[in-house]
Amino acid sequence: MLDVVNEDLIREGKEPIAFDHDCREGICGMCSAVINGVPHGGFERTTVCQLHMRKFKDGDTLYIEPWRARAFPILRDLVVDRGTLDRLIQAGGYISCHTGGVPDGNALPISKGGADYAMDAAQCIGCGACVAACPNGAAMLFVGAKVAHLAVLPQGQVEAPERVAEMIQAMRDCGFGNCSNHYECEAVCPKGISVKFIAKLNREFLKALILAKTGPFKSSD
Amino acid sequence: MQILMNSVVRKTLMSLTGIAMLAFTTVHLLGNTLVFNGPDDINAYSAGLHYLPTLLWAVRIGLAGALAVHIFFGLMLTLENWRTKPHKYAVKRMLKASFAGETMIWTGLLTLAFLVFHLLHFSFRLVPGSVPAPDFQGRFDIFSMVRDSFRSGPISLGYLVAMAILALHLSHGIQGILQTVGLNNEMSMPWVRRLGKGSALFFFVGYGVIPLLVLAGVGVFAG
Ligand code: FES
Repeated sequence: MLDVVNEDLIREGKEPIAFDHDCREGICGMCSAVINGVPHGGFERTTVCQLHMRKFKDGDTLYIEPWRARAFPILRDLVVDRGTLDRLIQAGGYISCHTGGVPDGNALPISKGGADYAMDAAQCIGCGACVAACPNGAAMLFVGAKVAHLAVLPQGQVEAPERVAEMIQAMRDCGFGNCSNHYECEAVCPKGISVKFIAKLNREFLKALILAKTGPFKSSD
Repeated sequence: MQILMNSVVRKTLMSLTGIAMLAFTTVHLLGNTLVFNGPDDINAYSAGLHYLPTLLWAVRIGLAGALAVHIFFGLMLTLENWRTKPHKYAVKRMLKASFAGETMIWTGLLTLAFLVFHLLHFSFRLVPGSVPAPDFQGRFDIFSMVRDSFRSGPISLGYLVAMAILALHLSHGIQGILQTVGLNNEMSMPWVRRLGKGSALFFFVGYGVIPLLVLAGVGVFAG
Protein backbone atom coordinates (compact mmCIF):
# COMPACT_ATOMS: atom_id res chain seq x y z
CA MET A 1 0.00 0.00 0.00
CA LEU A 2 2.79 2.39 0.94
CA ASP A 3 4.51 1.51 -2.34
CA VAL A 4 1.44 2.67 -4.24
CA VAL A 5 1.28 5.86 -2.22
CA ASN A 6 4.97 6.46 -2.84
CA GLU A 7 4.67 5.80 -6.58
CA ASP A 8 1.93 8.39 -6.71
CA LEU A 9 4.04 10.82 -4.72
CA ILE A 10 7.02 10.30 -7.01
CA ARG A 11 4.83 10.79 -10.06
CA GLU A 12 3.64 14.06 -8.60
CA GLY A 13 7.26 15.04 -8.07
CA LYS A 14 7.00 14.84 -4.26
CA GLU A 15 9.27 13.18 -1.71
CA PRO A 16 8.22 9.55 -1.05
CA ILE A 17 7.59 8.37 2.52
CA ALA A 18 10.60 6.60 4.01
CA PHE A 19 9.78 3.27 5.69
CA ASP A 20 11.69 0.14 6.64
CA HIS A 21 11.10 -3.21 4.98
CA ASP A 22 13.11 -6.11 3.68
CA CYS A 23 11.79 -9.66 3.35
CA ARG A 24 8.13 -8.76 3.04
CA GLU A 25 7.20 -12.23 4.20
CA GLY A 26 7.04 -11.66 7.93
CA ILE A 27 10.36 -13.17 8.96
CA CYS A 28 13.02 -10.47 9.03
CA GLY A 29 11.56 -7.97 11.49
CA MET A 30 12.54 -4.96 9.43
CA CYS A 31 9.10 -3.50 8.81
CA SER A 32 7.88 -1.31 11.62
CA ALA A 33 4.85 0.90 11.77
CA VAL A 34 2.07 1.56 14.20
CA ILE A 35 -1.22 1.17 12.37
CA ASN A 36 -4.27 2.75 14.00
CA GLY A 37 -2.58 2.84 17.38
CA VAL A 38 -1.19 -0.71 17.47
CA PRO A 39 2.31 -1.76 16.35
CA HIS A 40 1.94 -3.99 13.27
CA GLY A 41 -1.78 -3.21 13.25
CA GLY A 42 -3.03 -5.55 15.94
CA PHE A 43 -3.90 -8.62 13.90
CA GLU A 44 -2.70 -11.81 15.51
CA ARG A 45 0.87 -12.80 14.63
CA THR A 46 1.04 -10.39 11.71
CA THR A 47 3.85 -8.06 10.73
CA VAL A 48 3.10 -4.87 8.87
CA CYS A 49 4.39 -6.35 5.63
CA GLN A 50 1.91 -9.20 5.99
CA LEU A 51 -0.95 -6.90 6.88
CA HIS A 52 -2.86 -6.81 3.61
CA MET A 53 -5.28 -4.18 2.52
CA ARG A 54 -8.04 -6.77 2.42
CA LYS A 55 -8.12 -6.50 6.21
CA PHE A 56 -9.59 -3.03 5.84
CA LYS A 57 -12.78 -1.74 4.35
CA ASP A 58 -13.00 0.70 1.48
CA GLY A 59 -12.93 4.23 2.84
CA ASP A 60 -11.31 3.30 6.17
CA THR A 61 -8.91 5.85 7.64
CA LEU A 62 -5.43 4.57 8.46
CA TYR A 63 -3.16 6.24 10.98
CA ILE A 64 0.41 5.18 10.28
CA GLU A 65 3.07 6.19 12.79
CA PRO A 66 6.65 5.17 13.49
CA TRP A 67 7.71 3.24 16.62
CA ARG A 68 7.79 5.84 19.38
CA ALA A 69 10.21 5.32 22.27
CA ARG A 70 13.19 7.20 23.64
CA ALA A 71 15.42 4.23 22.85
CA PHE A 72 14.36 4.32 19.17
CA PRO A 73 15.19 7.76 17.76
CA ILE A 74 13.26 8.55 14.59
CA LEU A 75 15.57 8.82 11.59
CA ARG A 76 13.02 9.85 9.05
CA ASP A 77 9.27 9.45 8.50
CA LEU A 78 8.54 5.86 9.58
CA VAL A 79 12.17 4.82 9.94
CA VAL A 80 13.57 4.54 13.47
CA ASP A 81 17.02 3.58 14.71
CA ARG A 82 16.72 0.24 16.49
CA GLY A 83 20.45 0.02 17.15
CA THR A 84 19.76 -0.17 20.88
CA LEU A 85 18.41 -3.70 20.35
CA ASP A 86 21.80 -4.61 18.91
CA ARG A 87 23.46 -3.09 21.96
CA LEU A 88 21.36 -5.32 24.16
CA ILE A 89 22.51 -8.36 22.20
CA GLN A 90 26.11 -7.19 22.40
CA ALA A 91 25.73 -6.96 26.17
CA GLY A 92 25.07 -10.65 26.56
CA GLY A 93 22.81 -12.15 23.92
CA TYR A 94 25.45 -14.57 22.67
CA ILE A 95 27.53 -17.56 23.75
CA SER A 96 31.31 -17.55 23.87
CA CYS A 97 32.80 -20.57 22.16
CA HIS A 98 35.60 -21.59 19.85
CA THR A 99 34.69 -21.39 16.23
CA GLY A 100 35.81 -24.17 13.98
CA GLY A 101 34.25 -27.26 12.55
CA VAL A 102 30.53 -27.81 12.91
CA PRO A 103 29.95 -29.89 16.06
CA ASP A 104 28.31 -33.26 15.69
CA GLY A 105 24.53 -32.90 15.69
CA ASN A 106 23.77 -35.20 18.60
CA ALA A 107 26.93 -34.67 20.65
CA LEU A 108 25.07 -32.48 23.13
CA PRO A 109 21.90 -34.09 24.41
CA ILE A 110 19.04 -31.58 24.74
CA SER A 111 15.62 -32.56 25.99
CA LYS A 112 12.68 -32.17 23.66
CA GLY A 113 10.94 -29.89 26.18
CA GLY A 114 14.00 -27.69 26.51
CA ALA A 115 14.50 -27.51 22.76
CA ASP A 116 10.85 -26.52 22.21
CA TYR A 117 10.99 -23.90 24.93
CA ALA A 118 14.18 -22.39 23.52
CA MET A 119 12.70 -22.43 20.03
CA ASP A 120 9.57 -20.58 21.20
CA ALA A 121 11.79 -17.85 22.65
CA ALA A 122 14.15 -17.81 19.68
CA GLN A 123 11.31 -16.96 17.32
CA CYS A 124 11.87 -13.27 18.05
CA ILE A 125 12.61 -11.41 14.83
CA GLY A 126 13.82 -8.31 16.67
CA CYS A 127 11.31 -5.92 15.14
CA GLY A 128 10.91 -3.90 18.36
CA ALA A 129 7.09 -3.88 18.36
CA CYS A 130 7.22 -4.88 22.05
CA VAL A 131 9.06 -1.68 22.90
CA ALA A 132 6.80 0.39 20.66
CA ALA A 133 3.67 -1.01 22.33
CA CYS A 134 4.93 -0.85 25.91
CA PRO A 135 3.61 2.23 27.74
CA ASN A 136 6.95 2.22 29.59
CA GLY A 137 9.14 1.76 26.52
CA ALA A 138 10.60 -1.37 28.11
CA ALA A 139 12.48 -4.08 26.25
CA MET A 140 11.73 -6.86 28.71
CA LEU A 141 10.09 -9.20 26.22
CA PHE A 142 13.01 -8.90 23.81
CA VAL A 143 15.60 -9.46 26.53
CA GLY A 144 13.46 -12.06 28.29
CA ALA A 145 13.18 -14.11 25.10
CA LYS A 146 16.93 -13.99 24.58
CA VAL A 147 17.81 -14.79 28.19
CA ALA A 148 15.28 -17.62 28.38
CA HIS A 149 16.33 -19.10 25.05
CA LEU A 150 19.99 -19.28 26.04
CA ALA A 151 19.41 -20.21 29.69
CA VAL A 152 17.72 -23.51 28.90
CA LEU A 153 20.36 -24.70 26.45
CA PRO A 154 23.64 -26.24 27.66
CA GLN A 155 25.70 -23.93 25.47
CA GLY A 156 24.09 -20.89 27.06
CA GLN A 157 23.96 -22.03 30.64
CA VAL A 158 27.65 -21.39 31.31
CA GLU A 159 27.28 -17.63 31.00
CA ALA A 160 23.65 -17.37 32.10
CA PRO A 161 24.20 -15.37 35.33
CA GLU A 162 26.51 -12.81 33.73
CA ARG A 163 24.29 -12.56 30.66
CA VAL A 164 21.13 -11.69 32.53
CA ALA A 165 22.87 -9.11 34.71
CA GLU A 166 24.64 -7.45 31.79
CA MET A 167 21.54 -7.32 29.64
CA ILE A 168 19.43 -5.75 32.39
CA GLN A 169 22.14 -3.14 32.92
CA ALA A 170 22.26 -2.50 29.16
CA MET A 171 18.48 -1.92 29.08
CA ARG A 172 18.95 0.89 31.53
CA ASP A 173 21.95 2.32 29.68
CA CYS A 174 20.08 2.28 26.37
CA GLY A 175 17.14 4.24 27.80
CA PHE A 176 14.52 1.51 27.95
CA GLY A 177 11.91 1.68 30.72
CA ASN A 178 10.85 -0.68 33.48
CA CYS A 179 8.23 -3.39 32.98
CA SER A 180 4.98 -2.85 34.85
CA ASN A 181 3.23 -6.01 33.67
CA HIS A 182 0.78 -4.55 31.16
CA TYR A 183 1.58 -7.35 28.67
CA GLU A 184 1.00 -5.12 25.65
CA CYS A 185 4.27 -6.52 24.27
CA GLU A 186 2.90 -10.05 24.10
CA ALA A 187 -0.32 -8.80 22.53
CA VAL A 188 1.44 -7.12 19.60
CA CYS A 189 4.32 -9.56 19.08
CA PRO A 190 4.08 -10.85 15.51
CA LYS A 191 5.68 -14.09 16.68
CA GLY A 192 3.41 -14.51 19.70
CA ILE A 193 6.26 -14.57 22.22
CA SER A 194 4.85 -15.10 25.69
CA VAL A 195 5.44 -12.92 28.74
CA LYS A 196 6.35 -16.13 30.55
CA PHE A 197 9.85 -15.35 29.25
CA ILE A 198 9.79 -12.11 31.25
CA ALA A 199 9.03 -14.12 34.38
CA LYS A 200 11.90 -16.39 33.38
CA LEU A 201 14.18 -13.36 32.99
CA ASN A 202 13.26 -12.16 36.48
CA ARG A 203 13.71 -15.66 37.85
CA GLU A 204 17.12 -16.05 36.20
CA PHE A 205 18.29 -12.72 37.56
CA LEU A 206 17.08 -13.32 41.11
CA LYS A 207 18.61 -16.78 41.02
CA ALA A 208 21.95 -15.35 39.96
CA LEU A 209 21.67 -12.70 42.63
CA ILE A 210 20.78 -15.09 45.44
CA LEU A 211 23.52 -17.51 44.48
CA ALA A 212 25.86 -14.51 44.18
CA LYS A 213 26.99 -15.95 40.90
CA THR A 214 27.21 -12.78 39.00
CA GLY A 215 28.42 -9.27 38.91
CA PRO A 216 25.34 -7.17 39.64
CA PHE A 217 27.25 -6.26 42.80
CA LYS A 218 30.25 -5.14 40.86
CA SER A 219 30.02 -1.76 39.20
CA SER A 220 29.44 -1.67 35.47
CA ASP A 221 32.45 0.45 34.51
CA MET B 1 24.36 1.22 45.56
CA GLN B 2 24.70 0.08 41.98
CA ILE B 3 22.38 -2.77 42.78
CA LEU B 4 19.47 -0.44 43.55
CA MET B 5 19.64 0.94 40.02
CA ASN B 6 18.78 -2.48 38.66
CA SER B 7 15.27 -2.59 37.26
CA VAL B 8 14.51 -6.13 38.41
CA VAL B 9 15.92 -5.47 41.90
CA ARG B 10 13.72 -2.40 42.23
CA LYS B 11 10.65 -4.21 41.08
CA THR B 12 11.40 -7.11 43.40
CA LEU B 13 11.64 -4.66 46.30
CA MET B 14 8.26 -3.27 45.24
CA SER B 15 6.91 -6.83 45.28
CA LEU B 16 8.36 -7.80 48.64
CA THR B 17 7.19 -4.63 50.35
CA GLY B 18 3.83 -5.18 48.64
CA ILE B 19 3.67 -8.65 50.15
CA ALA B 20 4.42 -7.24 53.62
CA MET B 21 1.59 -4.73 53.31
CA LEU B 22 -0.68 -7.40 51.88
CA ALA B 23 0.01 -9.51 54.95
CA PHE B 24 -0.96 -6.58 57.13
CA THR B 25 -4.10 -6.00 55.06
CA THR B 26 -5.06 -9.63 55.64
CA VAL B 27 -4.43 -9.57 59.40
CA HIS B 28 -6.30 -6.28 59.66
CA LEU B 29 -9.25 -7.87 57.85
CA LEU B 30 -9.21 -10.84 60.21
CA GLY B 31 -9.16 -8.47 63.19
CA ASN B 32 -12.10 -6.59 61.67
CA THR B 33 -14.28 -9.68 61.65
CA LEU B 34 -14.37 -9.51 65.47
CA VAL B 35 -16.64 -6.51 65.14
CA PHE B 36 -19.48 -8.84 64.15
CA ASN B 37 -19.37 -10.41 67.62
CA GLY B 38 -20.31 -7.14 69.27
CA PRO B 39 -18.26 -4.78 71.43
CA ASP B 40 -16.64 -7.23 73.81
CA ASP B 41 -14.39 -9.18 71.46
CA ILE B 42 -13.03 -6.33 69.38
CA ASN B 43 -12.41 -4.09 72.39
CA ALA B 44 -10.57 -6.95 74.10
CA TYR B 45 -8.57 -7.58 70.92
CA SER B 46 -7.54 -3.96 70.68
CA ALA B 47 -6.61 -3.79 74.35
CA GLY B 48 -4.75 -7.11 73.99
CA LEU B 49 -2.59 -5.79 71.14
CA HIS B 50 -1.32 -3.11 73.46
CA TYR B 51 -0.13 -5.75 75.96
CA LEU B 52 2.54 -6.65 73.39
CA PRO B 53 4.22 -3.28 72.89
CA THR B 54 7.50 -4.65 71.52
CA LEU B 55 5.80 -6.76 68.90
CA LEU B 56 3.37 -3.98 68.08
CA TRP B 57 6.14 -1.47 67.54
CA ALA B 58 8.32 -3.90 65.60
CA VAL B 59 5.42 -4.52 63.21
CA ARG B 60 4.61 -0.82 62.96
CA ILE B 61 8.20 0.14 62.19
CA GLY B 62 8.56 -2.73 59.73
CA LEU B 63 5.40 -1.71 57.91
CA ALA B 64 6.36 1.95 57.84
CA GLY B 65 9.70 0.94 56.32
CA ALA B 66 8.00 -1.26 53.73
CA LEU B 67 5.61 1.55 52.88
CA ALA B 68 8.45 4.02 52.46
CA VAL B 69 10.41 1.69 50.17
CA HIS B 70 7.27 0.88 48.17
CA ILE B 71 6.45 4.55 47.66
CA PHE B 72 10.02 5.55 46.91
CA PHE B 73 10.61 2.96 44.20
CA GLY B 74 7.05 3.29 42.91
CA LEU B 75 7.64 6.98 42.27
CA MET B 76 11.12 6.41 40.83
CA LEU B 77 9.99 3.71 38.43
CA THR B 78 6.94 5.67 37.32
CA LEU B 79 8.89 8.88 36.73
CA GLU B 80 11.55 6.94 34.82
CA ASN B 81 8.92 5.23 32.72
CA TRP B 82 7.23 8.50 31.84
CA ARG B 83 10.49 9.74 30.40
CA THR B 84 10.91 6.75 28.08
CA LYS B 85 8.12 7.94 25.80
CA PRO B 86 8.94 11.54 24.93
CA HIS B 87 6.58 11.49 21.94
CA LYS B 88 3.05 10.26 22.29
CA TYR B 89 1.24 8.32 19.61
CA ALA B 90 -1.43 10.33 17.81
CA VAL B 91 -3.64 7.26 18.03
CA LYS B 92 -3.05 4.54 20.62
CA ARG B 93 -5.13 1.44 21.15
CA MET B 94 -4.32 -0.91 24.03
CA LEU B 95 -4.92 -4.60 23.53
CA LYS B 96 -4.20 -6.08 26.93
CA ALA B 97 -3.31 -3.35 29.41
CA SER B 98 -5.99 -2.88 32.06
CA PHE B 99 -7.34 0.27 33.65
CA ALA B 100 -6.03 -1.00 37.00
CA GLY B 101 -2.54 -1.50 35.56
CA GLU B 102 -2.37 1.89 33.93
CA THR B 103 -3.51 3.77 37.03
CA MET B 104 -1.23 2.06 39.58
CA ILE B 105 0.54 5.27 40.56
CA TRP B 106 -2.75 7.14 41.08
CA THR B 107 -4.55 4.37 42.96
CA GLY B 108 -1.38 4.01 45.03
CA LEU B 109 -1.23 7.69 45.93
CA LEU B 110 -4.96 7.81 46.67
CA THR B 111 -4.60 4.79 48.93
CA LEU B 112 -1.79 6.62 50.71
CA ALA B 113 -4.06 9.61 51.21
CA PHE B 114 -6.74 7.30 52.56
CA LEU B 115 -4.22 5.67 54.89
CA VAL B 116 -3.30 9.05 56.36
CA PHE B 117 -6.96 9.87 56.92
CA HIS B 118 -7.68 6.43 58.36
CA LEU B 119 -4.83 6.77 60.87
CA LEU B 120 -5.99 10.25 61.88
CA HIS B 121 -9.51 8.92 62.17
CA PHE B 122 -9.21 5.62 64.06
CA SER B 123 -5.63 5.60 65.42
CA PHE B 124 -4.89 9.17 66.44
CA ARG B 125 -8.63 9.91 66.68
CA LEU B 126 -8.22 13.49 65.64
CA VAL B 127 -11.35 13.56 63.51
CA PRO B 128 -14.00 15.35 65.59
CA GLY B 129 -16.60 13.14 67.22
CA SER B 130 -14.61 9.91 66.97
CA VAL B 131 -13.76 9.41 70.64
CA PRO B 132 -16.50 7.49 72.49
CA ALA B 133 -16.77 6.88 76.23
CA PRO B 134 -14.84 3.83 77.55
CA ASP B 135 -16.78 0.57 77.56
CA PHE B 136 -18.11 -1.09 80.71
CA GLN B 137 -14.69 -2.59 81.51
CA GLY B 138 -12.94 0.72 81.11
CA ARG B 139 -11.32 -0.30 77.80
CA PHE B 140 -11.24 1.91 74.75
CA ASP B 141 -14.54 1.32 72.96
CA ILE B 142 -13.47 0.50 69.42
CA PHE B 143 -16.86 -0.96 68.62
CA SER B 144 -18.82 2.22 69.34
CA MET B 145 -16.22 4.34 67.62
CA VAL B 146 -16.52 2.33 64.41
CA ARG B 147 -20.30 2.06 64.57
CA ASP B 148 -20.85 5.75 65.30
CA SER B 149 -18.39 6.85 62.60
CA PHE B 150 -19.93 4.69 59.91
CA ARG B 151 -23.42 5.92 60.74
CA SER B 152 -22.36 9.05 58.90
CA GLY B 153 -23.18 8.57 55.22
CA PRO B 154 -20.25 10.59 53.82
CA ILE B 155 -17.71 8.76 56.01
CA SER B 156 -19.05 5.36 54.99
CA LEU B 157 -19.14 6.34 51.34
CA GLY B 158 -15.59 7.66 51.59
CA TYR B 159 -14.39 4.36 53.06
CA LEU B 160 -16.18 2.37 50.37
CA VAL B 161 -14.63 4.46 47.60
CA ALA B 162 -11.20 4.11 49.21
CA MET B 163 -11.63 0.33 49.39
CA ALA B 164 -12.63 0.24 45.71
CA ILE B 165 -9.45 2.16 44.86
CA LEU B 166 -7.36 -0.19 46.99
CA ALA B 167 -8.99 -3.18 45.31
CA LEU B 168 -8.09 -1.76 41.90
CA HIS B 169 -4.48 -1.36 43.03
CA LEU B 170 -4.36 -4.90 44.39
CA SER B 171 -5.98 -6.51 41.36
CA HIS B 172 -3.00 -5.47 39.24
CA GLY B 173 -0.46 -5.58 42.06
CA ILE B 174 -1.05 -9.14 43.23
CA GLN B 175 -0.68 -10.70 39.81
CA GLY B 176 2.31 -8.44 39.14
CA ILE B 177 4.08 -9.67 42.27
CA LEU B 178 4.11 -13.26 41.06
CA GLN B 179 5.28 -12.27 37.58
CA THR B 180 8.01 -9.99 38.93
CA VAL B 181 9.52 -12.50 41.31
CA GLY B 182 9.45 -15.04 38.50
CA LEU B 183 6.78 -17.34 39.90
CA ASN B 184 4.74 -17.48 36.73
CA ASN B 185 4.58 -19.43 33.51
CA GLU B 186 2.17 -20.05 30.67
CA MET B 187 0.11 -22.53 32.66
CA SER B 188 -0.19 -20.42 35.79
CA MET B 189 -0.82 -17.12 34.00
CA PRO B 190 -4.64 -17.29 33.82
CA TRP B 191 -4.74 -18.38 37.47
CA VAL B 192 -2.40 -15.63 38.53
CA ARG B 193 -4.73 -13.13 36.88
CA ARG B 194 -7.76 -14.64 38.57
CA LEU B 195 -5.95 -14.64 41.88
CA GLY B 196 -5.27 -10.91 41.52
CA LYS B 197 -8.85 -10.04 40.65
CA GLY B 198 -10.39 -12.53 43.09
CA SER B 199 -8.39 -11.44 46.10
CA ALA B 200 -8.99 -7.77 45.26
CA LEU B 201 -12.72 -8.47 45.27
CA PHE B 202 -12.36 -10.43 48.51
CA PHE B 203 -10.67 -7.51 50.24
CA PHE B 204 -13.22 -5.07 48.89
CA VAL B 205 -16.16 -7.11 50.16
CA GLY B 206 -14.43 -7.98 53.43
CA TYR B 207 -13.71 -4.38 54.29
CA GLY B 208 -16.76 -2.82 52.65
CA VAL B 209 -19.28 -4.96 54.47
CA ILE B 210 -18.73 -3.19 57.81
CA PRO B 211 -19.83 0.32 56.76
CA LEU B 212 -22.65 -1.21 54.72
CA LEU B 213 -23.98 -3.22 57.67
CA VAL B 214 -23.66 -0.24 59.99
CA LEU B 215 -25.61 1.93 57.57
CA ALA B 216 -28.22 -0.80 57.23
CA GLY B 217 -28.32 -1.07 61.04
CA VAL B 218 -28.55 -4.84 61.10
CA GLY B 219 -27.37 -7.42 63.68
CA VAL B 220 -24.97 -6.12 66.29
CA PHE B 221 -25.14 -2.67 64.74
CA ALA B 222 -28.87 -2.29 65.37
CA GLY B 223 -30.05 0.31 67.86
S1 FES C 1 9.61 -6.84 5.94
FE1 FES C 1 10.48 -8.61 6.85
S2 FES C 1 9.09 -8.93 8.47
FE2 FES C 1 8.12 -7.34 7.44
